[in-house]
Formats: sequence, structure tokens, C-alpha cells
Amino acid sequence: MSLAARIAGSTLFFALTFATAGTAIAQSRYNLQPPATGVASQIYDLHTLMLIICLVIFIGVFGVMFWAVFRHRKSRGAVAANFHENTTVEIAWTVVPVLILLGMAWPATQTVIEMKDTADPDITIKATGYQWKWGYDYLQGEGEGIRFVSNLSTPRAQIEGGAPKNEAYLLEVDNPLVVPVGRKVRILTTAADVIHSWWVPAFGVKQDAIPGFIRDAWFRADAEGIYRGNCAELCGRDHGFMPVEVHVVSAAAYTAWVAERQAASAASAADDTREFTLAELVERGAQVYATNCAACHQPNGQGLPPAFPALDGSPVVRGEAAGQIAVVLNGRPGTAMAAFGQLLSDADIAAAITFTRNTWSNSSGEAVQPAAIAAARGG
Amino acid sequence: MSAVIPDHLHDHHHPAPGGLMRWITTTNHKDIGTMYLVFSFIMFLSGGVMALTIRAELFQPGLQVVQPEFFNQLTTMHGLVMVFGAIMPAFVGFANWQIPLMIGASDMAFARMNNWSFWLLPPAAMLLIGSFFVPGGATAAGWTLYAPLSVQMGMGMDLAIFAVHIMGISSIMGAINIVVTILNMRAPGMTMMKMPLFCWTWLITAYLLIAVMPVLAGAVTMILTDRHFGTSFFNAAGGGDPVMFQHIFWFFGHPEVYIMILPAFGIVSQIIPAFARKPLFGYASMVYATASIAILSFVVWAHHMFTTGMPVAGQLFFMYATMLIAVPTGVKVFNWVATMWRGALSFEPPMLWATGFIFVFTMGGFTGLICAIAPIDIQVQDTYYVVAHFHYVLVAGSLFALFAGAYYWLPKWTGVMPSETLGRLHFWCSIVFFNITFFPMHFLGLAGMPRRIPDYALQFADFNAMASVGAFGFGLSQLIFIAVAVRCARGIGQRATARPWDGAEGLEWTVPSPAPHHTFETAPVLR
Amino acid sequence: MTETLEKYFVPEPSKYPIFGSIALLMFGSGAVMWLHEVGAGPWVFFLGVAVLIYMLFGWFGQVVRESETGKYGRQVDRSFRWSMGWFIFSEVMFFAAFFGALFYARVFSVPMLGSGDNEALLWPGFAAAWPTAGPQPADAFTPMGAWGIPALNTLILLSSGATVTWAHYGLLKGARGQFKLGLLLTVLLGATFLGFQIYEYLHAYADLNLRLDSGIYGSTFFMLTGFHGLHVTIGAIMLTVMLGRAIAGHFTPEHHFAFEAAAWYWHFVDVVWLLLFVVVYWL
Ligand code: HEA
Ligand code: HEA
Ligand code: CUA
Ligand SMILES: [Cu+2]
Repeated sequence: MSLAARIAGSTLFFALTFATAGTAIAQSRYNLQPPATGVASQIYDLHTLMLIICLVIFIGVFGVMFWAVFRHRKSRGAVAANFHENTTVEIAWTVVPVLILLGMAWPATQTVIEMKDTADPDITIKATGYQWKWGYDYLQGEGEGIRFVSNLSTPRAQIEGGAPKNEAYLLEVDNPLVVPVGRKVRILTTAADVIHSWWVPAFGVKQDAIPGFIRDAWFRADAEGIYRGNCAELCGRDHGFMPVEVHVVSAAAYTAWVAERQAASAASAADDTREFTLAELVERGAQVYATNCAACHQPNGQGLPPAFPALDGSPVVRGEAAGQIAVVLNGRPGTAMAAFGQLLSDADIAAAITFTRNTWSNSSGEAVQPAAIAAARGG
Repeated sequence: MSAVIPDHLHDHHHPAPGGLMRWITTTNHKDIGTMYLVFSFIMFLSGGVMALTIRAELFQPGLQVVQPEFFNQLTTMHGLVMVFGAIMPAFVGFANWQIPLMIGASDMAFARMNNWSFWLLPPAAMLLIGSFFVPGGATAAGWTLYAPLSVQMGMGMDLAIFAVHIMGISSIMGAINIVVTILNMRAPGMTMMKMPLFCWTWLITAYLLIAVMPVLAGAVTMILTDRHFGTSFFNAAGGGDPVMFQHIFWFFGHPEVYIMILPAFGIVSQIIPAFARKPLFGYASMVYATASIAILSFVVWAHHMFTTGMPVAGQLFFMYATMLIAVPTGVKVFNWVATMWRGALSFEPPMLWATGFIFVFTMGGFTGLICAIAPIDIQVQDTYYVVAHFHYVLVAGSLFALFAGAYYWLPKWTGVMPSETLGRLHFWCSIVFFNITFFPMHFLGLAGMPRRIPDYALQFADFNAMASVGAFGFGLSQLIFIAVAVRCARGIGQRATARPWDGAEGLEWTVPSPAPHHTFETAPVLR
Repeated sequence: MTETLEKYFVPEPSKYPIFGSIALLMFGSGAVMWLHEVGAGPWVFFLGVAVLIYMLFGWFGQVVRESETGKYGRQVDRSFRWSMGWFIFSEVMFFAAFFGALFYARVFSVPMLGSGDNEALLWPGFAAAWPTAGPQPADAFTPMGAWGIPALNTLILLSSGATVTWAHYGLLKGARGQFKLGLLLTVLLGATFLGFQIYEYLHAYADLNLRLDSGIYGSTFFMLTGFHGLHVTIGAIMLTVMLGRAIAGHFTPEHHFAFEAAAWYWHFVDVVWLLLFVVVYWL
């Protein structure tokens, strides 16, 4: 759309939406998203209550002010009175607000207490924030042991304007979090590098993920569906590109999903003990690199110095494999380089390392095997 | 009020250097006030250009104008420049010009140090703005500089840290100067409870500054040592905690936002009675309310941290304490309205801006109160709802009050009445475009748009386009003020009398307009 | 009311502030360059320091001249008192940030790391106890004991507080010998304190493996004691200047706020040390 058309369009939109405000469809654009949990609906109602109280006070106060503005004008012959104190009035407008505030605080307190009650969950999942993706670990309950990484799946071309944007633009991931409907899910948040925040508006959950600490929150989704959110704490360059996508499914579908996941992870465990050829590793590594490394080190391996060093020609990549393995496994504290040891399987790490050592102008010809990674972990 | 003290009583003044050296070496509170005001306006324009770049990028979904890392740098620097470069120095400029005039003092208590307070700002601004040009660019950790993201940053972060240190030194010296001037240099008979309210609000603000700027200095020093010298303040592996940074930062940060609003309350409290031609309603309760806000501001800081996962007791305490601030602030709003009630109102530009201030600031106050409700804040924290809230209190609050004050006192500063037509135009354009820019941000935030992102999901497109259009309109409207100020400075327009506003009270209106270089060299005596 | 009507001294235009600003600009940018290993960094930094020293000498020299030529009336004197008081308050708040960090680490972050989910999932086996270098320490270290040098230093600082008061009494009753001797003793005690502290730091690095990067204990220990040491240095310099001025015959029993300001500052440094001794070394 041309600039002029957009400006005209948005002006029209402004006029129209105000005319149609109150209709259910328009509402979700003006208001909190439709709640999908008990807590979220309490929050929704609290907000509505607050809004009404504030509006009433606002109209009251400014009704008086505008009355004065229009009636007590010098140009209309108003003569100034000379009062400047009235203890009764002053006490009243100190005490009445206190009472109003008490009325607001009461329901809010109840909701705070309920939000914080993370006891007795059916399922516990750890969500780890990385720059810039989420790692999920099913720690307890059905599906225990499942772990995967969830990356933005919107293609770069859509972001840069090369392709039309999907409906779930920037809110879609490759591996969504899957949970059963009607069960209490406890989310533990932590982070590997900087602070992130795990947020799903429809659940009324937003919990910072703090490196080195575990925090928790919980939700019990009322209805099946796909719920989307974002990372809600500035975490560096791609903070705007690390969404949260949650699929709430029926109990049966959840069981099926768990079985499928567990089969997949058994297969990948088998990979960790296999020998690969160089070509296999490079091919697999290219994919691992694209999803996990390319955001910083760039698809062409040139990085974005000084924050993100180039891998092409890098002394670490050109040097001993052990050195590079250590960096990839443990990260570089104080920089954006994450510890991928927690994130990826031995086979994936081996593949990515082999790929970087055999692409661009790097050509060691050396295949780093999963066994080498396992050994490095052990030591 | 006493008679005017003519300037010629002391004709032995040292031959002041001319040209640029006059401004560099001056010890005159009026010169220094002018420099503060000009500096802050330049910084406002710079921060505004950054905001416009942000708004241009956010005009539609997708990345068009800037890359994400540069976007984050812009957001961060916009915040830092506006807070430390534009709003705070502007209020200090008002303090410099007005406080000696209002209390009948010959100058600030420490005139030489006063010069240094100002001249520390340009170096700090050079470090801050210069950081855009170093390898890695400016800091992109947000104006809140949260660890450990700020520990990750490049050279620009260190420049910002030193800039903050220097601005902190400047603020502390400026604040001490103001405190001492007010406590020690009032004209005989000017008891504390007869002091103009602007002086009261600044006195209390100065205490806030003295109390919290050193804490900010400590916080950024810890970041510096965590970055370069291996300390572990904000690193869990060494026993520290990233959240500790937030506690220290917001212990500074919350009082800081009142540092940016209390002087605004003071300005408005001067203007409303002048144009209602009626004494300020509830003077004493205004003073107590200001003090209560300041005291409460020290115990509410963690309302910025509800999503960090504090224990229930912590959340409840900070929620209740924050809500309480609505009471003294409400007292102020009610007092202003009561002052207008049954006055003889007229709406010259200062009054227009002051009335606009009350109206729009209160909206920002209400959204603040909504943020204070911890469960609601869990939803809106770090969304555009918060961006909307703080621009309502900062732009429509602090900035509007600054404009109100500028229109009110420009006759005293320049001897020329600011153009009434341009002033009205400036006001009406500003308030309309302001709301077009920032009102839709409430909707964006509620519907789930995070802040500090260069690109967003499609459902947010329309309101963002609207906000961007508004921002450019708002920015252009500010150019009107340049015209107003330049006309006054160059003497174009109607001459001002000593007391150009018929309802204005106070010592500053007893000296001629423009105020002579030296005023009140012998203190006036109040009955 | 006559005294308030006396004319308040307003200094003439001065070149010193701009030197101070240039100094801090060079100091800051030089430090940043140095940290990032840009060649000219140290040069710019030290040049900044030099300009700052020039500015301080010039500025304070002028203040001393103005004071000695009787330009400052009673009202100006009162201004100095207020300002020194609030300046010290701002210093208190600066230390409060670091004491706050220590408090937070000891009461919140370390116990949190060693309990509940944090311990179970992230830092298995970490037993929260103070002192600690955190759950992932580089090397073991030995914390600094309280009853050796620190206790001695407490005594030294406390007696220096007494000597400076003794000097003040001397000045008040016109016994300039006592005044100068008291000042000299105070400066010497301050220097001894600093000597001991340098020795303690060397000992920490050489024998205890206690370093700035020894986790949160090392961080808070060195930052708190280090900033305190810096303030002792500043205080000692102030007192040395006062001693020089005393020898040059400055100060009268009625008019000597510069000395009092230095003494106030010294007492402030003293009080900070007492707090430090209790919460950093002892408990
Ligand atoms: C001038 C600056 C200024 C001012 C005055 C305020 C005023 C207030 N602010 Fe605001 N605030 C900011 C600047 C300011 N704020 C900034 C910059 C941020 C974001 C920082 C960042 O993250 O980058 C922020 C963020 C912020 C948050 C955190 C949001 C988040 O990040 O999640 C909260 C939460 O409680 C909050 C609350 C309040 C409250 C309760 C007030 C109160 O003082 C408001 C009181 C006023 C009124 C309530 C209106 C008038 C009263 C009446 C008419 C009386 C009757 C009313 C009743 C009884 C209801 N603010
Ligand atoms: C303190 C005061 C202050 C002021 C006055 C403003 C003013 C404005 N702010 Fe500000 N803003 C903050 C303080 C302020 N802001 C803070 C603290 C943040 C948080 C930062 C962070 O997240 O870390 C923020 C964040 C912030 C964001 C969110 C960014 C993000 O989250 O990514 C946005 C987005 O729209 C925005 C917009 C604006 C706009 C459009 C204005 C307008 O009012 C500006 C209008 C002025 C002009 C446009 C200047 C006029 C000049 C010209 C028209 C050109 C002149 C030409 C030359 C000089 C050559 N601001
Ligand atoms: Cu992760 Cu923002
Ligand atoms: Cu706040």
C-alpha cells in the first residue's frame, strides 16, 4: 500500500473502529485477549472493573473542571471568588480515594494469591530462554523426559518483505509446546544467557526467565486451541522474534503426541552412538546451523562483529576440534554465545561443528563424531 | 511585595568576557538557566528524531527502515536522551531561572559550581550520542540497562555508563545548589510556607535527586565491574542475581519518574492560580501531598518487577504502596480543579497548556494505577500499554508542563510576549497529535504487543500506523515552538511589562521584563 | 535580621568549570578506550586526571583566597554547611547501593540459589553459606578474618576520629600547636590505615586467593572496602590540605568551616568503616 493510502486508511480505520466499538470482534483488538484460563478471566474482569472506576472518577473530576472552564470564564464576566481552603472538602477527597482503593485492592489480592499457587501440578515443564528461542523440558507428569527447542518458523523473506506474510506472522514456531486441556500445568522458567520472559496472554501468564534461577507460574487451559505469545523482556537483537506457541489438545491427542515424541527421541538417541560419514555430518550440520547458529554467525559465516564473530576463517574453527567443542558445549560466559550442550543432541552438535569446519573457506576435511561430543561432556 | 531593586546599585561588576567565553565562564543563574533550556531542547529534538525513526520502522509490519540491533539502540538512546538529556535538564533550567527570582535571592548559592553542573552535560551528551559511532554501536539494553544484557553489550555500554556517571555528578551538584539556595537565601519574611509552590516542589525534587542519583551511579558501577573486572553482582554462577540489578535500578528509577513530574506540578501550580485570578486552593495540602509522593516513591520500586516472580507478600506490599500514591496525587488534581472553580478564567497559552496537562496527565495517572494492580500488570508489563502510560505522564505530563512554564515565563526571560496565535496553534496541534500517537498504544498493549520490538504481528498493524502518523504530526508541531522561542529571543513581538499576566503573583513579577542581569542584589523585604 | 541583608558573595566568571568538564570527558572516554584496548586510552585517561588535578588546585585555591580575604559572610558560611551535609548524604546513598547489594546477596540470592528448585535443577549440591563465591566458583578462597588487621584498622580510624576532634578543640581555644599536632596525627593515622589496607589486599591476593572475581564475596568485599579506601584517601588529602593551611596560618576560632568540613567527612568515613567492619568482616 502506498504511504498516502495507508495514512488515509488508518484515519478511516480510526473513525470506523470508534463507531463500531463494543462489537465482539472489534473488542479483542482494544482489550485484553479473550481469556482461556480462570486466572486470565479474573484479570480480565479486574481490568474492566478498574477501567469503569477510573472512567467514573475521570468524568466526575473533569466534568467539574470543564464546567468551570466554560462557565467561570473571565470573558463571560466571571468574577473570581477568593476561597482557598476548606478542611472538610480536603479531608473528604483524601479519605474517599482511600476507600475506593481498598475496594480495588480486595479482588486484586485474591487474584495475586491464586496466581502464585503453583502447588500440585499435573504436569511440570521447564521453559529455558535462549537468545533467541525457547527450550522445553517436560520434567514431571505425562510426557516426562520430552525435551525440544522451539524456534521462530516465520521465513526471513516474509520479515524482509520478500514474501507475503502469513496470518500467524512472527507468532509461529517449528515445535510448539503441547499440553492437555483442563490440566494444571506448572511452568518453570529459567534462562541460559540473559533475562527473557515467557508470556501467553490468553493464559494470564507472564513469568521472567532469569539466568541461574528458577521461577514458576501455572495455568489450566479451559479450551483446546492454539495460543500465542511472545518473549516479553528485552533480550537482545532478536527479542521480537522469539514467540511462544502453545497447543492445548485433548487428553487422547496429548497421549498420542507424547508417544510420537518419545519414539522420535529414541531415534535421536540412537544417532548419538552412531558413526557418520563426513558428507552425512555436513548435510545434517547445515540444517542444525541454519536453525541454531545462523541468526548470529550469519548464513555466510561472516558473523556481525564485534558482537557475533565470524566463523569463516575463525581461529577456533580452524584450530583443534576439542577447543571448538568446548565453546559450543559450554558457551562463552558474558557473551551471547549460548551453551548448546543443554540444547542439542550429541549428533546435532557433532554435525554442526563438522559443517562449520568444512564450509566457506574452512576445509579441515575432518569429521567430528558424536562420540567426541559425548567424551567432551563426560570430561 | 516590596519594590523593585534597580540594577544600577552595583555598577562595579567585573568586566564579563564576551562572546562564547561569556557562556563558558558565566556564574549568572540566568545565563546558566538559558543554557540548560537550550541544551535540553536540542536533546529533545535529538531524542525526537530517534523516536521518529522508531515510529517509521513500526509504521508497518516487517523490517524496512532499520535493522533490529540498531532499532534496540534507538529505543535505548531515545529513553536515555529524553530522560537525562531533555526532561531533567529542562527542569533544572527552570529552577535556575526562577528560584532566585521567586525567593528574592541575588543568585544561586554556589554560582561557580552551578556553571559546572551545566557544563558537565555537554560532555555527557557527547559520550552518549558519540556511542552510536563506536564499533558495535550504542548500548541496546534499554534505558533500564538490565543486567546481564548490559553485561553483554559492546563499547557503547561503557560510554553510556560514564555518561550516566557524569550526568549524575551534575544532577547531585545542581540539587545541592537548589536545596541550599532555597533553605538559605530566601528574602527576609519569605517563610517556607509563603514560598511559591514551584520552589517547594523543586526543594523536594532536589532531595530525591540527592538520594537516588548516587544509587544509580552505584548500579552502573557494578555493571562496569561485572563487565570488565570479573565481579559477580549480577551473575548467579558467582552467587549474585540479575534481579538484584533491577532492585537497585528501580530504587533509583521510581523516584526518578517523580523527579520528572514534581517540578511539573510546581509549574502548573503557579500558572493555574494566575489565570484563574484566584489564590491556589489548599496550598498547605499541596506541600504535604508533594512530600508524601516523594516519601512513598521510595517504597514502591518493585512495581516494575511484578513479573520477576516475587513472593506473594512482596507483590502485595508493592501493589498496596503503589496504589497509595494515587491519594496525594489526587489531592493535587482536586486542588487544581478547585482553584479553577469560580475563578475568572482566561486561556492564554500558558493556561491552555496547564489545563491540557491536568487532563492528559490524569489519564496517564489512571493507567499507572491500572499497572499497579499486580495481576493486571502481569498482562501489560513490557507491552505498549506501559509505553502509553509513561508517555502520558512524561510527554503530556512533564513536557506539557515545561511548555506551559515556557510560555508563562518567556516574557520575563526575553521581555517579549510569546505569540499568542502560535502558542495556541502549538498547543492544539500537540494535544491532538499526542493523543493520536499514544492513545492507540493502550489498545496495542492490551491486545498483546510487546515493547522494544522492531517488528510485530499483523493484528497490530492499524494502530501502529496510526501512532506513527501521529508521531510525525506531533514532531512537526514542536517546530512551532522553535518559531515562538526564536521570535521572543530576537525581540519580535509585543513588549512585555514587568507583570504581563494580570493574575500573576510573586517576586519575579516585581523586576522588569526582561529580567536584568543582576536582580535582588539587596534582598527585598516581605512583610 | 541585619546579617541576612549583607550582600551574598557571587563569584566572578570562572574558567575552572570548563576545565573540570573537559577533564571528565577525557577521563571517561580515556577509560573506555583503555578498557577496549584502544592505543591512546591510558594517555587520554591520565591527561584527564592531570587536567582534573589542575582544576581542583586552581578552583580550591581560589576558594581559599576568597575565604581568607573575608569575602564569605555568615550566610555564605551557612551555605557551605548545608551543602557539605547534603553532599555527605549523597555519599551515604552511594555506599547504600553497595551495602544493599551485600545485604541482598546474603539474605536473598545466595540462600535462594542453595534451596528449592534452584538447587535441585540448576545448582545441584550447592550449599548456601556465607562467605561464598557462588555455585560455580573458579577457585576456592579463604575469607578475610575480622580480628587481625581489620580490628586494628578499626582502632586506628576510631582514634583518628578522636585526634581530629582534639585538633578542633585546639583551634577553638586558640591552641594552634594542639590544632596542628592533632591534624598531623589524624593524617598519619589515616595513612597507616591505608598502608594496612594495601597490605591486606596484597595478602588476600597472594595468600588467601581472595580476588575481585571470587564470586559475590570477592565482589562485595573489594568493592565496599575499595570504595571506602578511596574515600579515606580523599579525606586524608583534605586533612593534609587543612594541615598545610594551618601551618600557613589560616583559620580563626570563629571562621574555619573548611576544616570542619574535612572533619565531618572524616567522621563519615569512620562511620562507614564501622558498618563495614560489622557486616563485611565480622558477621
Ligand atoms: C513522570 C513520570 C511518571 C509518573 C508521574 C508516573 C506515575 C505513576 N506510575 Fe508510572 N511509569 C513511568 C513514569 C511515571 N509514572 C515510566 C517512565 C515507566 C516505565 C519505565 C520503563 O519500564 O521503561 C512507568 C511504569 C510504571 C509501572 C510499571 C509498569 C510495567 O512495567 O509493568 C507502574 C506499575 O505500577 C506504574 C505506576 C504508576 C502509578 C501508580 C503512578 C501514580 O503516581 C499516578 C497517580 C495519579 C493518578 C492516579 C491520577 C490522579 C488521581 C486522582 C484524580 C485521584 C482519584 C483516583 C483514584 C482514587 C483512583 N508506572
Ligand atoms: C522522557 C521523555 C520522553 C519523551 C518526551 C518521549 C517522546 C516520544 N516518544 Fe518515547 N520513550 C521514553 C521517554 C520519552 N519519549 C522512554 C523512557 C522510553 C523507553 C525506552 C526503553 O524502552 O528503553 C520511550 C520509548 C518509546 C517508544 C517505544 C520504543 C520501543 O519500545 O521499542 C516509542 C514508540 O513509539 C516512543 C515514541 C515517542 C514519540 C513518538 C515521542 C514524541 O513525543 C517525540 C516528539 C519530538 C520530536 C519528533 C522532535 C521534533 C523534531 C523534528 C520534527 C525534527 C527536527 C529536525 C532536526 C533536529 C534536524 N518512545
Ligand atoms: Cu527473549 Cu526477549
Ligand atoms: Cu515506578
